[in-house]
Amino acid sequence: MPATKQKKAVRKSNIVKLKFDTSWAYDPAPESKSAATIKERYDLFIDGKWQPSSNKKYFATINPATEGKLSEVAEATEADVDKAVKAARHAYESVWKKMPAKERGKYIFRIARMIQEKARELAIIESLDGGKPIRESRDFDVPTAANHFFYYAGWADKLEYAFPNRTAEPLGVAGQIIPWNFPLLMAAWKIAPAIATGNTVVLKPAETTPLTALKLAEIIEESDLPPGVVNIITGAGATGAAIVNHPDINKIAFTGSTDVGKIIQRAIAGTDKKATLELGGKAANIIFEDAPLDQAVEGVIIGIYFNQGHVCCAGSRLYVQESVAKQVIRKLKDRIESLIVGDPMDKNTDIGAINSKQQLETIHKYLKIGKQEGAEMYQSSCLLPGKGFWCRPTLFTNVAQSNRIAQEEIFGPVLSVLTFRTDDEVIEKANNSPYGLSAGVWTDKGSKIFNMTKRMRAGVVWANTFNKFDPTSPFGGYKESGFGREGGLHGLLPYLALKA
Amino acid sequence: MAKDAINKEGLTVSENGVERSNGIDKSGKRLEVLKTYKIYIGGQFPRTESGRYYIPVNAAGKKLANVCLSSRKDFRDAVIAARGAAGGWGGRAAFNRSQILYRMAEMLEGRKAQFIDELMQQDATKAKAEKEVNLAIDRLIYYAGWCDKFQQLFSAVNPVASSHFNFSVPEPTGVVSVIAPQQDSLLGLVSVIAPVIAGGNTCVVLASETKPLCAVTFAEVLNSSDLPGGVVNILTGKISELASWFVDHMDVNATIYCEKDSTIQKMMREKSALNLKRVFFYDKVNWYASEGESPYFIMDTQEIKTTWHPVENIAGAGGGY
Repeated sequence: MPATKQKKAVRKSNIVKLKFDTSWAYDPAPESKSAATIKERYDLFIDGKWQPSSNKKYFATINPATEGKLSEVAEATEADVDKAVKAARHAYESVWKKMPAKERGKYIFRIARMIQEKARELAIIESLDGGKPIRESRDFDVPTAANHFFYYAGWADKLEYAFPNRTAEPLGVAGQIIPWNFPLLMAAWKIAPAIATGNTVVLKPAETTPLTALKLAEIIEESDLPPGVVNIITGAGATGAAIVNHPDINKIAFTGSTDVGKIIQRAIAGTDKKATLELGGKAANIIFEDAPLDQAVEGVIIGIYFNQGHVCCAGSRLYVQESVAKQVIRKLKDRIESLIVGDPMDKNTDIGAINSKQQLETIHKYLKIGKQEGAEMYQSSCLLPGKGFWCRPTLFTNVAQSNRIAQEEIFGPVLSVLTFRTDDEVIEKANNSPYGLSAGVWTDKGSKIFNMTKRMRAGVVWANTFNKFDPTSPFGGYKESGFGREGGLHGLLPYLALKA
Repeated sequence: MAKDAINKEGLTVSENGVERSNGIDKSGKRLEVLKTYKIYIGGQFPRTESGRYYIPVNAAGKKLANVCLSSRKDFRDAVIAARGAAGGWGGRAAFNRSQILYRMAEMLEGRKAQFIDELMQQDATKAKAEKEVNLAIDRLIYYAGWCDKFQQLFSAVNPVASSHFNFSVPEPTGVVSVIAPQQDSLLGLVSVIAPVIAGGNTCVVLASETKPLCAVTFAEVLNSSDLPGGVVNILTGKISELASWFVDHMDVNATIYCEKDSTIQKMMREKSALNLKRVFFYDKVNWYASEGESPYFIMDTQEIKTTWHPVENIAGAGGGY
């Protein structure tokens, strides 16, 4: 525990502060790695077979908590992408499109079940490869991924009920590119609705977190899904670009940064490719003075520190009504102090490792910018492990609306705190962002909730809660946070053409 | 055919080449008052700020009018007006929007003759002109009816597994820039504007370049229909000049383009990336057929918002009986 530093701070000031450096520390409760199997090397999963890449190159994937190598994966070239797209096209034309929808659905149910059967293994690999706390992989990422397959499996033979007066037809081959923050879950969000609606896919996981997607490929292989319906290929930006630019792809589904989303939108101009883009965010989380403050503070903590803040819908801008600002900031600082930062494999860990060195550098850049802009930085006094990539939970006060830390997505455990007086003021400030993915409102007054949730320009609005997800609940952004929805009935549409 | 379209009062060609009625024929009839065709921005009828004009010509070679050749600045002014009107229009009761669209149909019905006349000047036969005006009126009625119904069709209460109440509803995307169909200059115009505003958006529309008369007269219908100023703004001018600004503007949320020009389509999708505008090409729609109207057109310029709220879970087991 953060003993010495903390004591000094307490001695120096007269402010009454909660004391955390007691003997009541948690003992380590590490999850065992033995329940998971990671191969030394992974090839590309194309046409139901594991195939080396055409250039025979492999790149390492590391554990960001130890910087140790976990495995190495093949680097897919343009030729490999072409091979995968051909496999997907062939599977679409010869098998998947023709298969009775009921049978299609049963394959997807089977995949959902197998994810459940291997849930523990998947959770372990997810935490090892991505650095997220095992508690989150185990209780959120993996079960939600399984549920997503289960939900969309059931849609396969019911599409005629989804869009009144229209016949829904699949688009063809979908190219899907996913990020590193929820590797397995994002794969599920992409694959499940695409194949349930009769499309076939070529999916590329992020280069820092390929392992659970490859594990999912093993599950898909085991499920006897017809070869080529799902192809999973690994690689970095060049592989992604080859997918986006492949002429025989009908649909691009991308989750990632707004910058790359814009590049994709430009790249597919002049083609008939459809796109779904789930991009960045800078969500406002608003606390009114009548809110139950302890619950609100807990919600703010979950909103920004969940998954190390590597969440596009993270509540990274906190707006507190002035009358309660002092109190809320005090409570936030106390709560930050109690967050357990460290080994992702420890079941008590709240904040794990930052996903990559590169992302840690980005976060540090913004911490510097925040200080330079004149904001006051506060960090937990926790000790950080010697190896790996880590960032203390951080909050900035005295932040101005125009500050970069209030405008730009940091994608780390960094909260910017701003204040407001009136409803109109906070609506103006909250909507003053090019992004519009999510928002949060905390108040005890029902009519105020509905006024606020209606006026927030964001695709997901959490009232008196935050960062909740469900397969039945559509997710996606307004404005520069992208377009298209994933989840729920609305998540079917991006993979369908509606015919009169 | 074209001859029929020419005003029966007798048109002659003036010195500068613009079609003019000399008003007084040999029998000594009164001088006809001609209409200056203006643009429509924020509920006002200015001429273009640029002072420029162009002269569209019909198939018979007759010149239609000195039509405003709108500029980029006109477009920007129109976007400001549209943005200013967006909050009020989108926040209005859907039932009220419905009534206003119905009122638009009433006003159009009342001025049918004028539209038929203008369509005939723009090369339509009488029968075709009548058909187009009638369909345009009916289309407004169709969308008037959708204003407070499409939300129910495309909303959902989502049965999430946690203890939350969760629902998804469509909301207007904001300001929409529209390049209207070039051929069906009235029916096409009405068919693209109606779903956009029925859904609570505001718009800036570029009228048919070669057949702009009805669009300007339609603005006069809008102006007398209780439609707040700025909800629909109509410009006349050249696609080649304005198309890129329509999709470039950072305060426009969506763009609709109704022609097949693949160069413009490509340019639009490229430029839309600037602020991730939603781009739609209605280039294969037959506006005369039933495919020319559907609530799915409304849904194109809607965003789906999902709202979560916890449900208290302390009353223990058992139902409420």
